Amino acid sequence: MDSLFFNDEHRMLIDMVKDFAASEVAPVAREMDAESRFPKELVNQMAELGLMGIPVPEEYGGAGMDTVAYAAAIIEIAKADASVAITLAAHTSLGTMPIVIAGTEEQKQEFVPKLASGEILGAFGLTEPGAGSDAGATKTKAVKDGNEYIINGGKIFITNAGHAGILNITTQIIENGEIKGIGAFIVPTNTAGLKIGPPEKKMGWKASDTRQLYFEDMRVPAANLLGNPAGGFKTFMKTLIGGRISIGALGVGTAEGAYLKALQYSTEREAFGKPIHKFQGVGFKLADMATEIEAAKLLVFHAAWLKDQGQDVTKEAAMAKLYASEVAMQTTTNAIQVLGGYGYVKEYDVERYFRDAKVLEIGEGTSEVQRMIIAKEILKSVQ
Amino acid sequence: MNIIVLVKQVPDTEAKIRISDDGKHIDESSIKLVVNPYDEYAIEAALQLKETHGGEITLVSLGPAGAVTALRTGLAMGADKAVLIKADDSRFMDSQTVANHLSKVIKEREFDLILGGKKAVDTDAQQVGSLIAMDLNLPIITAIVELDLNGNQVSAVREVEGGAETVTCQLPAVLTCEKGLNEPRYPNLRGIMMAKKKTIEEKEISDGGIAVEIVSMEYPPQKAEGQIVGEGPDAVPELVRLLREEAKVI
Repeated sequence: MDSLFFNDEHRMLIDMVKDFAASEVAPVAREMDAESRFPKELVNQMAELGLMGIPVPEEYGGAGMDTVAYAAAIIEIAKADASVAITLAAHTSLGTMPIVIAGTEEQKQEFVPKLASGEILGAFGLTEPGAGSDAGATKTKAVKDGNEYIINGGKIFITNAGHAGILNITTQIIENGEIKGIGAFIVPTNTAGLKIGPPEKKMGWKASDTRQLYFEDMRVPAANLLGNPAGGFKTFMKTLIGGRISIGALGVGTAEGAYLKALQYSTEREAFGKPIHKFQGVGFKLADMATEIEAAKLLVFHAAWLKDQGQDVTKEAAMAKLYASEVAMQTTTNAIQVLGGYGYVKEYDVERYFRDAKVLEIGEGTSEVQRMIIAKEILKSVQ
Repeated sequence: MNIIVLVKQVPDTEAKIRISDDGKHIDESSIKLVVNPYDEYAIEAALQLKETHGGEITLVSLGPAGAVTALRTGLAMGADKAVLIKADDSRFMDSQTVANHLSKVIKEREFDLILGGKKAVDTDAQQVGSLIAMDLNLPIITAIVELDLNGNQVSAVREVEGGAETVTCQLPAVLTCEKGLNEPRYPNLRGIMMAKKKTIEEKEISDGGIAVEIVSMEYPPQKAEGQIVGEGPDAVPELVRLLREEAKVI
């Protein structure tokens, strides 16, 4: 894997993030989870290290690294704490990259350097009570009024919303009483008419910030429209493919974090006079975990690598996201089984990985939606 | 101010060490190699001195071609350039030979200060810094935990048995760094991307002059299992007897 996908910069990045995750993130992960505390201090540290803009071009203040580097960094952080990893992933893939890819030059100059340096945090609002993966069902409306749009509606389950400087939100675009299609806007969080709800209480990803958004006659300049609604939205939605790769990376990291704890435990705990890894019931579980994690990792890095070659990775990103999130669920379940009773108590951390894994099969397109995407793509070759 | 930092690539301290088949070396085929942790203190000290006094930092390493990754890490932390003295058999070299090669390269350069780790964590010899000082006829202060520079005057603190001593000398000098001197920074992404644009000069050396040879390596003896002598106050006399008569510690 190492020599297949990584160059010297990748290896240095991985070493740096691994060190950072082990010495700064891992020691506070359990406590942040217990208190549902947003990792503000860690976000600042990640900003200092340049991690808030890994795939952002250097001309807009990013590191100018590739998707492989970005995925590798997410994996290393998720091994220590998935909440911190999703904070970074949502900021990058959803808060920043849509502007990098679909934004006008003015929009890029205005917003991207602040995002890439970590001066402000980015978020993305697509999901509504009746619209998620089915983005076409978006009910939030933006009605054109001179040089502005007046936006009414709301969004749910928005990662980073409570700490963000800008939100990228999707709406119906209405001009002269006519629906033009679905569009997206960059909304600074100090915009009048924007209300951000309290943090959601969740099963996992507890240190990650998730909130509702309400828009009441919120006026946004037309200059903040991201991509044009007639066809531009499709381009915009394509930017979300990168997000799927980062969720795949989160799956790999979450699985690997739990697996490493189970592996270690299996050498320390003895039963019937020998370490438990010597029993096939445990040894085979560990072997399956290692194999599946390796396979998931290959899917994730292959999708990332293809994307870096400029190829369409609709299918590969969906496969990576689907498989890695299911491997994360499976691996964390089995990690608890290896630890037995200790796996069920918070002190040994694997229960946190288990709670953090479940959302990977739901967020940024459920497993079912990923299968729909894959089916549609593979059927193109025979229809 | 020009600073030379001595850097060695060593096995990660967390790596599981295996002895190679010939019984004389560490098998490096499957272990991760990193910058010697004590050298990281030296790099950090150099970076801090540069931040206050300006100047240029040159890393110098002797090692196989792969040691270039350790130098890249140092460049990513913020050093300006690096020299790799390429020697595939560097693991066979004794401290004096290593110091001689390093001194020869350092002598060709202008420098005010040479910094290094107090030791490399693989061989634990603690000699190269001192031998270079001898080769170059420079003052040396070893294992420093505090460093202060005032003009040409170096003031450093060393931890000694039961206390601390403050030592001064004039530049140019050699200083070796102890844990506690500073908290080495992580290389940030900008540094990592800039590192690939910085030059690493490579020098070839012919071997020879090796005076000390490793005859064999062995694993440390397995720790004996603990012994439970009993429970509660009743066990105390037996415990005391064993500590006195068998362990001979009281």
